[in-house]
Amino acid sequence: MQMFKNIKLGYYLLLAIPTWVSADVTEYQLENGLKLIVKEDHRAPVVVSQVWYKVGSSYEHNGITGISHQLEHMMFKGTENLGPNEFSKIIAANGGSENAFTGRDYTAYYQILEKDRLEVSFRLEAERMRKLVIDEAELIKEHEVVAEERRMRTDDKPQSLVREAFNATAFVNSPYHHPVIGWMSDIKNYKADDLRDWYQKWYAPNNATVVIVGDVQAEEVYQLALRYFGPLKAEVIAELKPQIEIEQRGKRTIEVRAPAELPYFMMGWKVPVVKTSDDSLLWETYALEVLAGVLDGGNSARFSRNLVRGEEIAASVGAGYNLFSRLADVFIVVGTPVKGKTVADLQQAVFVQIDKLKTELVSDAELKRIKTQVVANAVYERDSVSYQATQIGMLDTIGLDWQLSDAYVDNIQAVTAEQVQAVAKKYFIEQTLTIAELIPLSLDNNQQSQQAGDNNAH
Amino acid sequence: MPTKLWLLACSLMIATTQLVASPKIEHWQTTNGGQVYFVSAPELPMVDIQVVFDAGSARDGQLAGTALLTNAMLNEGAGGLNADQIAVKFEDVGAHFSNSSRRDMAALSLRSLTTEDALPAALTMFTDILTKPDFPLDSFDRIQKQILISLQAEKQSPSAIASRAFYSGLYGEHPYAAMPIGNEVSVGQLNLAVLEAFYKQYYVANNATVILVGAISKQQAEMIAEQLLSGLEAGDKPTKMNKVMPLAQAKQVVINHPSSQTHIVMGQPGMNRGDADYFALYVGNHILGGSGLVSQLSNEVREKRGLSYSVYSYFRPMRELGPYQFGLQTRNDQAQQALSVMKQTLVDFIDKGPTEAELIAAKQNITGGFALRVDSNSKIAGYLAVIGFYDLPLTYLDTFKQSVNAVTVEQIKEVFSRRIDADKMVTVLVGGQQLGATK
Repeated sequence: MQMFKNIKLGYYLLLAIPTWVSADVTEYQLENGLKLIVKEDHRAPVVVSQVWYKVGSSYEHNGITGISHQLEHMMFKGTENLGPNEFSKIIAANGGSENAFTGRDYTAYYQILEKDRLEVSFRLEAERMRKLVIDEAELIKEHEVVAEERRMRTDDKPQSLVREAFNATAFVNSPYHHPVIGWMSDIKNYKADDLRDWYQKWYAPNNATVVIVGDVQAEEVYQLALRYFGPLKAEVIAELKPQIEIEQRGKRTIEVRAPAELPYFMMGWKVPVVKTSDDSLLWETYALEVLAGVLDGGNSARFSRNLVRGEEIAASVGAGYNLFSRLADVFIVVGTPVKGKTVADLQQAVFVQIDKLKTELVSDAELKRIKTQVVANAVYERDSVSYQATQIGMLDTIGLDWQLSDAYVDNIQAVTAEQVQAVAKKYFIEQTLTIAELIPLSLDNNQQSQQAGDNNAH
Repeated sequence: MPTKLWLLACSLMIATTQLVASPKIEHWQTTNGGQVYFVSAPELPMVDIQVVFDAGSARDGQLAGTALLTNAMLNEGAGGLNADQIAVKFEDVGAHFSNSSRRDMAALSLRSLTTEDALPAALTMFTDILTKPDFPLDSFDRIQKQILISLQAEKQSPSAIASRAFYSGLYGEHPYAAMPIGNEVSVGQLNLAVLEAFYKQYYVANNATVILVGAISKQQAEMIAEQLLSGLEAGDKPTKMNKVMPLAQAKQVVINHPSSQTHIVMGQPGMNRGDADYFALYVGNHILGGSGLVSQLSNEVREKRGLSYSVYSYFRPMRELGPYQFGLQTRNDQAQQALSVMKQTLVDFIDKGPTEAELIAAKQNITGGFALRVDSNSKIAGYLAVIGFYDLPLTYLDTFKQSVNAVTVEQIKEVFSRRIDADKMVTVLVGGQQLGATK
């Protein structure tokens, strides 16, 4: 999402020659298939190093859901040459901060370091790309850690339970059906060999993209990558089955009963994303993105203006659309009504807003405001090296050209009011709608006991 | 709204927030007494501006929530424009406005492009919000209702319940005891007259700190700071707050909640900004529980025993003694076990201190990552706000590495045994079934 124009070079040479070069981004491919993308950003003497693997929860089948995430945890637990947690200790001793994340379509590991420490990152990441050791005893403990993580993120959070149930209803055969963290019974039953197989299958240079953003010289980074990642052996990477979601033939509604104080709902319609769209229909995804902005792109957008203020029917209400994912997705609306109003009242008010998008063109002022925000945000995003790296890595890993990130602003600018209306009419239809409602159960077993002076709670 | 990227981050709690690095800070006063801190960052055509007041919930007085609601009302109506019109003014030029109010600070923030068609318009609106708020009654009614709903939402979050009980147990009669959002009773009693009086008393130039970071010249920064504050009365700095009293004895609060995990928060009053023991406490805690996956606590609770996904300890330095807080979440039936491991780790640390090797590793981590702490305009702005608001020396960043490197094992041992008392902790447990079986 940069303000400069990319220059795509019109040739492609073998080895040691960048496969793409733009104003400040250079892309390389190693002989073993590893892709390296370097973006020079010399504002601060730091570098972010990210390794992205094409594997995530949408690569998993029932019974082993969440295994990509469990494996992400095990990646910190030792390799042939590193003891458990030693990776983190070395990064810490080098002043780095690090973490990892697993999504539906990717698993990524990153370090942020002072610029002259990049070699530490490459040395360690190359080691765990091919030489992980899954130790049974470590796995048993880490099962528990992940189970605690699931309890914290999902089981004790009513709105997370709704989201999980919603996805499991909206998606029947698409792997977006199951949660990234996995179902609890799956988490409890991975065997060490399951994890070893999963690692063997997906962790290889030809299934990885290394993204570097920071105060570095691309050619030097490339030389460093050759030294550390170059010797790694490629793997035969399995071809994924398409798992295209079946056509939805009618509205689906579910209830989720959980201890809670506030009512809440999540609803969503099936929509295309950039990856699943034919070129001729690509505009639809950008029109949906603009539409999301019309509803919820800031404090002046329609939801805030009309439902939070205006009618004062929503305590909170939001719309969400993610146009960059590997498989077709949903356009989501979530909300909590104010006291004295019901979920049904708020849903009705949302439908009125949706209908208005179908029957009336978005005003020029609104459209211009959304586009102005997109242009400004493209500048603001450059304040963070991590954000820039994440954009590139995410696009590449879901199988898109990372330069779409640069083209994003232009594609949004091209959207017309008529296109917004067209996608509203085409996609916001009852047949593909799924609604999940939270029915709050009483929390009321609160008993508080104070024990002054008793410090010892065994 | 749902997160755009459905990321599932793996861990690492935030360690103690800390000022570091050495961007060139310029400091001056506006004609009516506001303190200005500026860092030039010409690389990107944008600017971050914050105006910070000593007007957080510590100044609430009788009605908890006064400061927060006052702050939230400022962009609801100003200079004759209503909330809709104000939102449009900012978003028409791609500017981001936000407000926030915590215990010490209340802040108004603006991020804008520095282009001709954006910055002047954004600044005009920002200035009106700061200096000409209208406090419309219909907005007050709505925001009051929304805060009451937020208070209701707290009740379905074990961590929020724990946090409220923790502050209450830690601070007793001190103003820090209340949550900035207030409570059902106090928020219900608030009215516009209270808020307007609060605004008039605390949103004054002598109580203002202005932060500017971005692609503007010093001259522009001077003009902007003048423009922002000239409509405010000079006013007075608020009186000093009462000192925080140390805990007389340990306290334990157990709250039943229908959750599968028990959330445990433990701690005592810790340190303030500019504390004489700041660096020894900071580096010591970094080793004990402030360095994420490599801390002693993480090693004992998570790595060795798999008891919790996250476990941490941190100092939150404030104007007066901020909390020294420990926390974890674990399955209800192992709550007591996890609590004793956490506590024993602290007791051992007070007793034995860190090893020389641990101290070296901590220093390498803190000083070796110095540049990361100020690698963006938003981080620099955050640090400037702390430096300005708490009157820290401008050289603080320049001497930071030195101060960290000067800390010794003996100092850490001495300061932990003098300042931290494991027998006088407030401990809060919020969770399900199994708690009933404990004392």
